[in-house]
Amino acid sequence: MPLAPTQPLAPRVRDRAALAFLLVPPLAWLVIAYLGSLAVLMVSAFWSTNSFTGAVVHKFTTDNLVRVLTDETFRAVTIRTVGVALAVTVLCAVLAVPLALYMAKFASPTMRVVLVVAVTTPLWASYLVKAYAWRMLLSPEGGPLSWATGFSPGYGLVATVVTLTYLWLPYMVIPVFAAFQRVPDALVDASSDLGASDLSTLRLVIAPMVFPGIAAGSIFTFSLSLGDYIAVTIVGGKTQLLGNVIYGQLVTANNQPMAAALSLIPLLAIVLYLLAMRRTGTLENV
Amino acid sequence: MLSTRLRVFTRAWTALVLVFVYAPLLLVVVNAFNSSKSFAFPPTGLTLQWWRTAWHSEGMWTSLGNSVVIGLVATAIALVLGTMVAFAVQRYEFFGKQTVNLLVVLPITLPGIVTGIALNATFTSALGITLGMATVIVGHATFCIVIVFNNTQARLRRLGTSLEDASADLGASSWQTFRFVTLPMMRGALVAGAILAFALSFDEIVVTTFTAGPTVQTLPIWIFGNLFRPNQAPVINVVAAALTLAAIVPVWLAQRFGGDPAGTRI
Repeated sequence: MPLAPTQPLAPRVRDRAALAFLLVPPLAWLVIAYLGSLAVLMVSAFWSTNSFTGAVVHKFTTDNLVRVLTDETFRAVTIRTVGVALAVTVLCAVLAVPLALYMAKFASPTMRVVLVVAVTTPLWASYLVKAYAWRMLLSPEGGPLSWATGFSPGYGLVATVVTLTYLWLPYMVIPVFAAFQRVPDALVDASSDLGASDLSTLRLVIAPMVFPGIAAGSIFTFSLSLGDYIAVTIVGGKTQLLGNVIYGQLVTANNQPMAAALSLIPLLAIVLYLLAMRRTGTLENV
Repeated sequence: MLSTRLRVFTRAWTALVLVFVYAPLLLVVVNAFNSSKSFAFPPTGLTLQWWRTAWHSEGMWTSLGNSVVIGLVATAIALVLGTMVAFAVQRYEFFGKQTVNLLVVLPITLPGIVTGIALNATFTSALGITLGMATVIVGHATFCIVIVFNNTQARLRRLGTSLEDASADLGASSWQTFRFVTLPMMRGALVAGAILAFALSFDEIVVTTFTAGPTVQTLPIWIFGNLFRPNQAPVINVVAAALTLAAIVPVWLAQRFGGDPAGTRI
């Protein structure tokens, strides 16, 4: 090698230093504060509490996990929670698809902007306020809904599903709308020129292109519903979801390891859901 | 062309969904002026009395102050850290980029209760830290990073590197290029990211519940604590209405500063 190998190397070394400068602080934060915490969560699920003092005992035991897997109540709550999350996801998709289709393919450009703002503005309104609004709306004694229609489902599982659907709807509309926008008009026209009915065009041309958008939205609606316990407390009456049970273990029963073991359920459920979505290959172009 | 029938159907559907979306919000605003003590519906009269009561609620002001401080500090941390990762991912090639991407997005993909319990376990069982403002800020900053990251990353990708290359070719140092070329072009994305991050922190309740401990109340925690107390209903109704009306502010700000519209909240 000639004398000056440092000459071409210098900018690369500077690049690497710059990259390290950019990456180290945020990664340190996320790894220590977040991954570290998740690790503690997993480990603490194997701890126990002293039955007299309630203090956490740092000794390995699988009792919590065994209880999570075998306890009848926990199983029932898990099934109910996953059921609610799936119902909310389906309802959001059903509400969002025709709306997004109208926004992307029928509305005039001005109307489209107005609708995008109209659909996204409620995201800025407080989560609690929105849940509270449904509590007022569904009130069985003289609530606005029973005043207007003579009927109200009252507080319970139905109210919970409706409220969660309401809360997460925009998270579904936005990706589905974006997906509809990516469908070229020419493709839709070609399909109908070739004699396809609306239904055939929707099913054979548009649906495959829009499905990734629905999948992306469903990750939000599913994950957000799975961990929610606030809306259930507000409109769910006596209904218990996983979140309530976890909260009860941590705060009421003062059993942090049990709460940690229980919170592995939503963690596992969302990881499985993400893997399932990945398998369908729908996440790659979102 | 899709048929007119489909057009009519989807338009009617859109109208119905908009009613579904806005009727509850309208109800919240109307009820804050409802003169009935039990907030019976339909209201028989309108009053400003509850607004006066709410104005003198000490708990509301204290918790509002806490929320603002936590939101500002968490946003500041997220703004710095999120922009740094966005730059690294968009302007450098390195091994494990996908993993970094995943790590940044993870805190909002996993349910809030998982993040909350995880941080709670770390702070209390593992580190023995007393929960308070600082722990809430750590929790909030963690999930706010991704919001800033999404906004800045998208902008950096759209900007491309040609202007930065030109600046470097003309002899500017990396810092000068960043300060005088990249940063001014990114202002909109940074403002949008900051507004989003603040809004998310301001509204967050689940992670907050598990990281705040009994001494610190943010506005959502305070509202939730008073939600089921009938004698606090007037104040809660007013705060709810005020928050609903305040939702217009960030939408207006986003339009005003030419950032991406509110749709980038995700």
